[in-house]
Amino acid sequence: MQTSEMTPHTADASDDLPLLRVSNATKYYGDRIGCKDVNFELYPGEVLAIVGESGSGKTTLLNCLSTRLAPTSGVIEYRNRVGAMRNLYEMNEAERRMLMRTDWGFVHQHASDGLRMSVSAGANVGERLMAIGARHYGDIRATAIDWLDRVEIAEDRIDDDPRAFSGGMRQRLQIARNLVTNPRLVFMDEPTGGLDVSVQARLLDLIRGLVSDLGLSVIIVTHDLAVARLLSDRTLVMRRGHVIETGLTDQVLDDPQEAYTQLLVSSILQP
Amino acid sequence: MTGQDTDMFSEHYNFAYLDEQTKRMIRRAILKAIAVPGYQVPFASREMPMPYGWGTGGVQVTAAVIGSDDVLKMIDQGSDDTTNAVALRGFFIKTTGVKATTKTSQATIIQTRHRIPEEPLTENQTLVYQVPIPEPLRKLEPRETETRKMHALEEYGLMHVKLYEDIAKYGEIATTYAYPVLVNDRYVMDPSPIPKFDNPKMHEMAALQLFGAGREKRIYAVPPYTKVESLDFQDYPFEIQRFEEPCALCGAENVYLDEVILDDKGGRMYVCSDSDYCEERREQGHLGHMAANPIAEPENSGPRA
Ligand SMILES: Nc1ncnc2c1ncn2[C@@H]1O[C@H](COP(=O)(O)OP(=O)(O)OP(=O)(O)O)[C@@H](O)[C@H]1O
Ligand SMILES: [Mg+2]
Repeated sequence: MQTSEMTPHTADASDDLPLLRVSNATKYYGDRIGCKDVNFELYPGEVLAIVGESGSGKTTLLNCLSTRLAPTSGVIEYRNRVGAMRNLYEMNEAERRMLMRTDWGFVHQHASDGLRMSVSAGANVGERLMAIGARHYGDIRATAIDWLDRVEIAEDRIDDDPRAFSGGMRQRLQIARNLVTNPRLVFMDEPTGGLDVSVQARLLDLIRGLVSDLGLSVIIVTHDLAVARLLSDRTLVMRRGHVIETGLTDQVLDDPQEAYTQLLVSSILQP
Repeated sequence: MTGQDTDMFSEHYNFAYLDEQTKRMIRRAILKAIAVPGYQVPFASREMPMPYGWGTGGVQVTAAVIGSDDVLKMIDQGSDDTTNAVALRGFFIKTTGVKATTKTSQATIIQTRHRIPEEPLTENQTLVYQVPIPEPLRKLEPRETETRKMHALEEYGLMHVKLYEDIAKYGEIATTYAYPVLVNDRYVMDPSPIPKFDNPKMHEMAALQLFGAGREKRIYAVPPYTKVESLDFQDYPFEIQRFEEPCALCGAENVYLDEVILDDKGGRMYVCSDSDYCEERREQGHLGHMAANPIAEPENSGPRA
């Protein structure tokens, strides 16, 4: 695939350095643990899956990483485009919000949390461009058409608003809306949750294609181990707020070390 | 200073109705607003002896800045004679004893709803706008906490989303009044429901422009000679309304015209919305094509007759 105009993240010296470093990330809701003492590093181009049963702390951790929820303690650092490692929670709000709408993407389980439901698909995709100063309607529209095409939404739907879209289309629109600024890191929280199996499969294929074409780094939360296997390089297993096992996805799923992971794998990964 | 209306001045009120402490509080808000052009300053809006829809924000601003030697003009949709304009003018005559005028050039304070006078304003004048909804992002983002953040962080992409939607739906930017502007390269501001025709007049205006929103408790300002740009796209530049014909009464071109229905057979004419401007031109001998026979039969006359 021709990717020259997509500014893929070409390999350079900083590819050897982590994009995100998480040190002892901990979030309490009052006395209750959301997540505790989480440590890991994410490298450029890597796809990390966070798996675990309901209530294990996946969303809590993801929200802490993406600056949507301040951790109670711990440090989360991100390497910005000029190569500096920055503590996310020491950045000011303007810098954080800028990061969230340019360098990062966030794909919500419920499309209505990530889309403007009352404005057209074109404007949903164009919003980030306008937010960073795009002021040429024709160019914005052309870019929106291009992105709709990449997520397999027909050009003639560009002026429809997402309320007229199916669940799968909404998720694809949400993805286009996020990727239009060529982010380096995309967070996803159960992006295929609540969709029919066949719709899920198509969406997963699409995500997998985009991730490899664009060289994206992704942190994806899922309770579906099949999703983790299909998309991720590495998997992190959570239980009661703690990371109990981590490793290459194939290893974790084929040869789980922890009893809990073995249970998880055997109960869900039925052929 | 003492006009023919002074006899109606009532000593029962504090000057300009509000007590001195309230006026000082409003003046502080106004000074802050002038210091940060386009920024909406919260203020403790008071109950006024009139409904909110009547421009209580503008009235409080005027009350805070008016002095006994000011000359006041009060307009509503360009006219000095609507019920709203007459009532508010009467209110200030009664509570301040200042002289009122309909002549733009003679006024030192002009309080307005929905128009900017056609005649260019000067450094000696203050234009006070009545504002119903001060927040330009409101329709797109109803959460006040969020819009405040957007202003603070200069996140105005959403404003262009609205304009994008206009073009996608109507082929052009369909917003014709309350058209958003960027003030002094910093704050996006709602110019109040004036026609976009008036937007260019705000740019580098010699007069001080003050905006008061009573119900919403906000004051904002554009100091004299400040940059005011209407938002647009490079390929869909901002344009003002154009009129096919000149004013039927005074022949003026490049002014904002109102359509007046003359009869129920489709008869109509276009006349200046700024009635003082129109009158002045006619006094100077400018005549439009219907000036000889303006609205002949009274029963057929339009709403403005
Ligand atoms: N806002 C909140 N206030 C209090 N407790 C919370 C809150 N959000 C989550 N929790 C608790 O934190 C723990 C982790 O919840 P979290 O939503 O992160 O789990 P999850 O792994 O994403 O679950 P699911 O798969 O159901 O989405 C749970 O015990 C949950 O009840
Ligand atoms: Mg969750």
